[in-house]
Amino acid sequence: MWKKYKDLLLDPFFKNNPIALQILGICSALAVTSQLKTSLVMSLAVIFVLTFSNLFVSLIRKHIPGSIRIIVEMTIIASLVIIADQLIKAFAYDVSKQLSVYVGLIITNCIIMGRAEAYALQNPPGKSIMDGIGNALGYSFVLLFVAFFRELFGSGKLMGFTILQSTTEGGWYPTNGMFLLSPSAFILIGLLIWMIRAYYPEQIEEE
Amino acid sequence: MIEHYLSLFIKSVFIENMALAFFLGMCTYLAVSKKVETSLGLGVAVIVVQTITVPVNNLLFNLVLKEDALSWAGITGVDLTFLGLITYIGVIAAMVQILEMTLDKYVPSLYNALGIFLPLITVNCAILGGTLFMVERDYTFVESTVYGLGSGTGWALAIVALAGIREKLKYSNIPPGLRGLGITFITVGLMAIAFMLFSGIQL
Repeated sequence: MWKKYKDLLLDPFFKNNPIALQILGICSALAVTSQLKTSLVMSLAVIFVLTFSNLFVSLIRKHIPGSIRIIVEMTIIASLVIIADQLIKAFAYDVSKQLSVYVGLIITNCIIMGRAEAYALQNPPGKSIMDGIGNALGYSFVLLFVAFFRELFGSGKLMGFTILQSTTEGGWYPTNGMFLLSPSAFILIGLLIWMIRAYYPEQIEEE
Repeated sequence: MIEHYLSLFIKSVFIENMALAFFLGMCTYLAVSKKVETSLGLGVAVIVVQTITVPVNNLLFNLVLKEDALSWAGITGVDLTFLGLITYIGVIAAMVQILEMTLDKYVPSLYNALGIFLPLITVNCAILGGTLFMVERDYTFVESTVYGLGSGTGWALAIVALAGIREKLKYSNIPPGLRGLGITFITVGLMAIAFMLFSGIQL
């Protein structure tokens, strides 16, 4: 029993990562990763929304008629995202400005819809919560991994603190502006997928 | 005047490309870009939905949701902007549904060609993203129509381009771990770099 919960929580990290294997939730993930701080806020928002949307969808799964389930799920998700959006605006206003439209876009983040459809509709609330947290953590892991490298090499900082003193500030590290630009996120995720698949060869796609 | 709209159009197609500059609609972008033909169908569907939903949401925002927007109905001091997200997604879902039914009735050939892509568009972030950008930048009604058309076209252009590259990629020898998703990510990264050459252009 306990083992099952543990698997639900830990599998999405490498074995069944939502971004690297299920192609879910890439949309809003990439644009926010130029800094560790924004990615952290984004991850927290996704953890919150995914956990509770899985819980609520699972609680009423026996009462949702199949034909209108997408609208019901959308309403639950949209309400949760509004709460998250308002909370971020209230407690981290400058970060909410940087995240711009991407918090609102959690609604259409396929990871949330995907888990509600694929898991929460068939499983009891306890397991659905674990699945929600696990997948959200798997997503956060990719987000923070990418943000770590982008901020470190792009501006020589982590969470806004200087790690590598950049030449513009009289230090020794010439910053690599490429990492601050969006395309680097794609290439980093591509390499991350390569790393994960080197450890789990069963994930390799046949073409 | 026309110049203004033209430059907005060009800007939303190339410089602020939905897929390659803002990463919107990425899930479908990566998942449905294996063949040029299907991605063309999806691209057309996105253009149509985007061109309809952005202006409709613009009207809703300006006449209902914005602070004091309800003054035409004699109600003042009401600020409904916090209801924005749920309204927009409702409009998008409804529009997609209506479009699906209209096409089914009057243009069955196009309906069959688009197939499952129509319902998929509801959860395409490029559509909701277009609306949110429209709100953030305070576009007028005409501007938002042009922006909707432009951003949809930009997205369609990007997915057709990626599908073309992926069709050619089939013939190359890729390291096993990178096959499929990995190499697609890297390809998109390189495409985004190419698209960045537009970014310095002032219109």
